[in-house]
Amino acid sequence: MEQLEQLNAQNETVKSNPERKRPVEYFQYIVIRLGEEQYGVDIRYIDNIVRMQNITRVPKMPPYLKGVINLRGEVIPVVSIRLKMGLPADEYGRATRIIILKTEVSGNLGIVVDEVKEVVTLSDDNIEKVAHEAKDNRASFINGIGKNGGELISLLDLNSITLDENA
Amino acid sequence: MDVSQYLEIFLDETKEHLQNLNTQILNLEADAENMDTVNEIFRAAHSLKGMAGTMGYKRMQNLTHDMENVFSEVRNGNIKVQPEMIDVLFQCLDALEEYTNNIQETADEGTNDNEPLIKQLNDILKGGAGKAAAAPAAAPAAPTAGAAAGSAGGDKKWNGIALDETQISVIEEAGKVGKKAYGLTVSVQESCILKAARAFLVFKAVEERGEIIISDPSAQDIEDEKFEKDFTLIVLSDAELDELIKAAANVSEIDNVVGDVLVLAETKNYHPAENAETTAVVEAPKAAAEEKKAQPAPAAKNNNDKKPAGGKPVVNRTVRVDIEKLDVLMNLVSELIIAKNSLVSASGQEQNTNAGFNEQIEYLESVTTNLHESVMKVRMVPIESVVSKFPRMIRDLSKNLNKKMELYMSGEETELDRTVVDEIGDPLMHLLRNSADHGLETDPELRVQRGKPEVGSIFLDAYQDGNNVVIEVRDDGNGIDVDAVRNKAIERGTITMEQAAGMSEKEIIDLLFLPSFSTAKKVTDVSGRGVGLDVVKSKIESLSGEVEVKSKLGEGSTWTIRLPLTLAIIQALMVVVGDEKYAIALGAIQGIEDIQISDIKLVENKEVINLRGTVIPVIRMRELLDIESSKADEENLVVVIVKKGDKQAGLVVDDLLGQQEIVIKSLGSYIKQCKFISGATILGDGEVALILDANALL
Repeated sequence: MEQLEQLNAQNETVKSNPERKRPVEYFQYIVIRLGEEQYGVDIRYIDNIVRMQNITRVPKMPPYLKGVINLRGEVIPVVSIRLKMGLPADEYGRATRIIILKTEVSGNLGIVVDEVKEVVTLSDDNIEKVAHEAKDNRASFINGIGKNGGELISLLDLNSITLDENA
Repeated sequence: MDVSQYLEIFLDETKEHLQNLNTQILNLEADAENMDTVNEIFRAAHSLKGMAGTMGYKRMQNLTHDMENVFSEVRNGNIKVQPEMIDVLFQCLDALEEYTNNIQETADEGTNDNEPLIKQLNDILKGGAGKAAAAPAAAPAAPTAGAAAGSAGGDKKWNGIALDETQISVIEEAGKVGKKAYGLTVSVQESCILKAARAFLVFKAVEERGEIIISDPSAQDIEDEKFEKDFTLIVLSDAELDELIKAAANVSEIDNVVGDVLVLAETKNYHPAENAETTAVVEAPKAAAEEKKAQPAPAAKNNNDKKPAGGKPVVNRTVRVDIEKLDVLMNLVSELIIAKNSLVSASGQEQNTNAGFNEQIEYLESVTTNLHESVMKVRMVPIESVVSKFPRMIRDLSKNLNKKMELYMSGEETELDRTVVDEIGDPLMHLLRNSADHGLETDPELRVQRGKPEVGSIFLDAYQDGNNVVIEVRDDGNGIDVDAVRNKAIERGTITMEQAAGMSEKEIIDLLFLPSFSTAKKVTDVSGRGVGLDVVKSKIESLSGEVEVKSKLGEGSTWTIRLPLTLAIIQALMVVVGDEKYAIALGAIQGIEDIQISDIKLVENKEVINLRGTVIPVIRMRELLDIESSKADEENLVVVIVKKGDKQAGLVVDDLLGQQEIVIKSLGSYIKQCKFISGATILGDGEVALILDANALL
């Protein structure tokens, strides 16, 4: 959480958006990096961001399910979104983080990301919804594109990531 | 008046009263003459009526009111207990239970007036009255026996209070110093909700002016609101009677106050002084209570239902605690244990450990262990709350099925975790019904031929066995006909002929636990829809327990349910496989063996070892858990022998880390496919280790 606040503070100094408290029109996203691409994660679903730690493997699980970690006494499953999206396997580095998501169906769930960059505030006219149509595996994990200045951020559809396809 | 906040308490207490009524009416059926039972029933029905009335459940109140009338006549000896009457009473209880369930679900009692039942009750009453008229011997007995008390039953209720010798002497002494003794009867308005609070104010007002010697009901009962509309005090005071009455009547919601100077000679225990002495010698309270009950006079009734003297069991001092609060406490204890484990492992690493540090850790260890045990105990409840409804059920089954049977229960006091107790009722009920319907022979002559008593017996035994609680449901009936099960299974296509030929008796019997497998030739409402046993099995397994059946054709069957005592914290053996750590519950481990690799033999292409004459299959954990290890197989293998019932298996692990107390954590709903992992735990260093479910490996 501390990190989040720091990021928030950074964000404000950088952009000093006076209207970021109006939740109806503005959405906050945490920008993460996976490989060379940037993705946005809706901040309302984020419980915590923790440093990479030893993940205990659970046998007989699909490869994208990396295993479980201990978060303050709670056992939380960790998913590799890289593997889930068909990207090359993760390489853990200094910047690697686990983002703990709050999901309604499956409780808390961690996703491994290469780097957590910043928090951005997007107004809804800067967000373009993307319909799910293509069979393209990666597209189905994205539910919108956000424009942040000159950059484009793919907004992750957390439902399709957290949904267990074997369930 | 909003009473919804009392709804929960009302429901809890109603259920208790209903359970109590069920048990007592069963007792009454067995022993119709027992006045203690009748009184107990009366009290329970009476409280039910009062509670339903307070909560505004009119229909429930009406029904209980009529039940109460019947009991009151029974108590007065005007009606004899008849089997038909018991049936009607049980139907009433069912109806009340229906009301209660409705209230629980919708906060409304529903619209069923149960008029036929009320009519039946009234018929019983009339029948009773008729009989009383025909046999007037019973009725006149009442006034004569209660002559003395009869006058007390009028306005001067205080004369009905049984004073003991010290109180009498206190009153006499006070008389000598000019104080006067008064009797006061205070009636509370019927609409009053906080009767206890009003009564308290009356007590306070009176005590400002004098000394309360005794009250009826007792001060404690009044405080607990265990009185109907009025209560009676005997007061010593310098003040005038009028002043006292005024003081008491000044309290709001007090209907009226009646008082007079107390004349000792008129009080209940005064003149028969020798009577008090005799009762004092012979088991004082109980004898006194019986003496009171023996007087079926209206005044005695007043005493009886309000002040259940010696007949009332001593109630444990309890606090109702929300189970969620206990869960929080339990989680905190779990955290503490994890923290303790970290300290233990930290101290193990320091080479230059200082003695004081170690001592403190050991102290912490013993504290956490004790704390854990007490928290566990708080969560434990006797299974009695579940099994006490079964005698009634068996009685009904016996009538429905037209089979004679008796239920014998033992070990009702065995304790289990609250969550387990709540869940265990249905499976047990299924098993008992199963025994009653399929187990016991329908034809009593067949039983006699087999040398068994005509009345079938069903046993329910519960006991603790190490870290498990075992509940057995046993019957001396027909036993399971293995051939019938086998034929049925083939007929249903569950197994093929060839499979059937290769299956052991036990395996065949286990088929009974498959979904929709019922061998009952016709469907009855008792059982036979094939939803019973598989539900039992899955329910028990969801509680981390197991169920087994042993049966001998012609002699009966035994169903054994084995449940873990606690679900949250267990002793486990930590093992290493590859470079991962796993925990195995100590309860499942039979032993640890060092095996030479050459001792492993192949039987039907499966690896087995011969351990002291028993052939045990060997499971290589590395293969099972998909662990690639660079380590080559050593000559010596560490094998953990696990058991489940009489099945065993040897688990080949790489190393043993030792025994540890672990806190079981769920893997969450996201991970569910893995069959042989039952959960996870957090080790002292903060790492997560998985718990191997030995049962699933066998």
